Amino acid sequence: MSAMETHNSHAEHLVKDVQHGHAHDHDHDDDDHHHETFWTKYVFSQDHKMISKQFLITAVFMGVIAMLMSVVFRLQLAWPGKSFPILEPILGKWAPGGVLDPNFYLALVTIHGTIMVFFVLTGGLSGTFSNLLIPLQIGARDMASGFLNMLSYWFFFASSIIMLFSVTIEGGPASGGWTIYPPLSALPDAMPGSGLGMTLWLVSMSLFIVSSLLGSLNYIVTVINLRTKGMSMTRMPLTIWAFLVTAILGVLSFPVLFAAALLLIFDRSFGTSFYLSDIYIGGRALEYNGGSPILYEHLFWFLGHPEVYIVLLPALGITSEVIATNARKPIFGYRAMIASILGIAFLSFIVWGHHMFITGMNPFLGSVFVFTTLLIAIPSAVKAFNYITTLWKGNIQYTPAMLFAIGLVSFFITGGVTGLILGDSALDINLHDTYFVVAHFHLVMGSAAIFGMFAGVYHWFPKLFGRVMNKKMGYAHFWLTFAGAYGVFFPMHFLGMAGVPRRYYSNTEFPLFSDLVDINVLVTWFAILAASAQIIFLFNFFFSIFKGQRSSQNPWRSNTLEWTTPVEHIHGNWPGEIPEVHRWAYDYSRPDREEDFVSQIEPLTEKEKAEDHH
Amino acid sequence: MTFLVLAVIVLFVLAGVRVMSIAALSAELRSSRKDETITDAENRNQGNMWVLFLIAFLGFCLWQFMSYKDRILPEAASAHGPEIDRLFNVTLALITLVFIGTHIVMIYQTYKYAGKKTNRATYFAHSNKLELIWTVIPAIVLSGLIAYGLTVWNDVIYPGDKKAMVVELYAKQFDWTARYSGKDNQLGRYDFRSIGEGNDLGLLEDSKNDDDVLVKGELHLIKGEPVQFKFRSRDVIHSAFMPHFRAQMNCVPGMETMFEFTPTITTAEMRTKLNNPKFNYILLCNKICGATHFNMQMDIVVDTKEEFNKWMAEQKTWAQTQSAAKQTAAANVTVTENTSTN
Repeated sequence: MSAMETHNSHAEHLVKDVQHGHAHDHDHDDDDHHHETFWTKYVFSQDHKMISKQFLITAVFMGVIAMLMSVVFRLQLAWPGKSFPILEPILGKWAPGGVLDPNFYLALVTIHGTIMVFFVLTGGLSGTFSNLLIPLQIGARDMASGFLNMLSYWFFFASSIIMLFSVTIEGGPASGGWTIYPPLSALPDAMPGSGLGMTLWLVSMSLFIVSSLLGSLNYIVTVINLRTKGMSMTRMPLTIWAFLVTAILGVLSFPVLFAAALLLIFDRSFGTSFYLSDIYIGGRALEYNGGSPILYEHLFWFLGHPEVYIVLLPALGITSEVIATNARKPIFGYRAMIASILGIAFLSFIVWGHHMFITGMNPFLGSVFVFTTLLIAIPSAVKAFNYITTLWKGNIQYTPAMLFAIGLVSFFITGGVTGLILGDSALDINLHDTYFVVAHFHLVMGSAAIFGMFAGVYHWFPKLFGRVMNKKMGYAHFWLTFAGAYGVFFPMHFLGMAGVPRRYYSNTEFPLFSDLVDINVLVTWFAILAASAQIIFLFNFFFSIFKGQRSSQNPWRSNTLEWTTPVEHIHGNWPGEIPEVHRWAYDYSRPDREEDFVSQIEPLTEKEKAEDHH
Repeated sequence: MTFLVLAVIVLFVLAGVRVMSIAALSAELRSSRKDETITDAENRNQGNMWVLFLIAFLGFCLWQFMSYKDRILPEAASAHGPEIDRLFNVTLALITLVFIGTHIVMIYQTYKYAGKKTNRATYFAHSNKLELIWTVIPAIVLSGLIAYGLTVWNDVIYPGDKKAMVVELYAKQFDWTARYSGKDNQLGRYDFRSIGEGNDLGLLEDSKNDDDVLVKGELHLIKGEPVQFKFRSRDVIHSAFMPHFRAQMNCVPGMETMFEFTPTITTAEMRTKLNNPKFNYILLCNKICGATHFNMQMDIVVDTKEEFNKWMAEQKTWAQTQSAAKQTAAANVTVTENTSTN
């Protein structure tokens, strides 16, 4: 108890400093108010709420492009070699006669993966919700550094532009898969996409990493230093816990990807041999000597695996918040949820080798990675069970956000359990790089994370735009997308069990796979269904920004601090002093209260003090 | 069957649309804050939708399983294969149970506890007992799986003592070459700088190379005899995937990788088993390697010992191909000389 008090008084001290600082800023802002131009307000904004919107809109745009790419390559997979006249005017020389070119097929697969993993689910998800919610939910006037925050967005923007530009160049964009393993990615002789397209990919990703690091450092510093009075770590909403841990993962792992990319740039352009050795290509033996592609794989997956959780943790954090609010119940096992976030984060750094069981890595090392990998199932199981128990005896309000959050739990389970198969090295021998893997990660990190993002958009739309999205369209969007996603990814397990490799332009060259064509047709129809459902979302999203029903201050009757701010955005978030926090975020349906929610800023009653819950 | 699925989907969508339009009408009549308050009717409808979803989804999964179960890979054709398949089936049974169980439990909650104005949720924040249960039980089950999995892994990667036939699988964009080690069962030395016309693998002057046999298009193995593959690549990473034998290993430029297994079913036997006279085992590339990655393949034929020996006797050794090439070259030289004299 005494430790707690010391902590609180320390926090108070900090908050006073910060408030003082901000009060100063605030006067300054007021003076400046009339000088605020279009450029400083909407473009080079340093306000976390505006930056959050910038990230969101950019991510939506990138997401639409990546999704359309997937529809194009799904057409080829379902009807290989068939001419789709619509493709030629769009793709030009990449679809002569309306038939997709094999090189461009690989380019589409690569860029689809890159955009979805990095630009939508890393930059888009963390960029939008960490930016929006960290200051609002911990009670801060803004991010620790508004300027770095602005830079973070503009690096993200520049990297997005370069990535999109790379699709339009002569030789085509990077095409070696989103993992860009050398030597394929290092040698322009190996495929057209490994020329300028690959260079642009590396430049774009380097800028992306800068953006991610600027953002993450800011998130960490803000959460640690700028919590309002009374907001102890164990009173923070689980969203903030998830964002904090995600940011730490990013800071620890993205620099390793940067190192990997840098060495690849050296190999490509300056004749070094970090990853290359003993290569004969294009009719000549190359000079490279002594490097190893396995080194690249180690470096890449040292980021690559934590990256999965960089994508997933924010989605899980959002889900915790949305499910508790709409079940009108405290999240079940708050401390266990924090522990499982920390457990998952720690383990995520020591499992990367499970991507490399059959690369020629020492098989004994494989055994170690089997052990650590399967352990991750324990904190994951705790999370899933806790979500389900949160629903138990709830009074569930089916907002569209709630549907997406429950959908996430479903994907998390369905996609998660197959991890027990792929994480087992002996089973990975025959499933590695097959459609079984595609099914697994699209469910557990793709669909689950994107559903977390949708849940967040529907839930915090009032905080972003002061309006509420239309719920009927939200329902239609949810059910069609949910059915569509399962229809796409569930059948892929069977393709994988039939031995079909991923990244194949067509499966028709093999009598072995000839009886699987109808599965691909089914999958493509579902993909078209799911893609069409996004039209409903896009319409609802943009329509509601301008014409949606105006939101009240606390539309979902939620406990967290962001709902104590005015609906209209103001600099500094709260017009007066920052409110003080007296309780945890999950006092829903307390038996001693009439209302079924108690805002975090309500002081404890005498009775509650005696109980001293949190 | 496809028709049935489509019918289910259509019905599902139609039902959804109906439910939504009813919900929408009643909502509009009642509230001006319609998009932020969810009516009891809407909650009930969405609760029903979850049940509908559960039935449709589990039905879909079952249908998929029934109609695709005969199209997945047939029984393993290698000595270690059945062990992998058993581990797979055990794990699959377990996760199917978890998958169905958790979905039923969850969707029961989403149905039963759909919100009502008159209802109130139960304040239930944590229970150490429950949390302990679902930490400890997964931990125990996973320990079992890890132990089982690692036992199988050890059996696969540390093969028996029986001396294996050494075969090199050499990958390049976009084909495979197999090099049998010949009578001495030893592969001769190579260097990528010696690759050139007529020497695709960069073999060096080495007596161990003389009896090696290079083969393209068809890889022959012997039933019941272990074969140790050594994998090489000349350009980018490839992956030698032999799905029927539950065998895969990457081919990495600059290093040699290995995988050993024993085929147990001849091609002829498998054709009878599957009732498919055209069946062939196959070697695929399973690591993205360029434009024609999807068509980098080689047939595998599993013979009896006699069949294999007969086939092998028809192949030319490296020494034989070399001397044949020399004779052709010499003949060419003679021709050129004659021409110049004229």
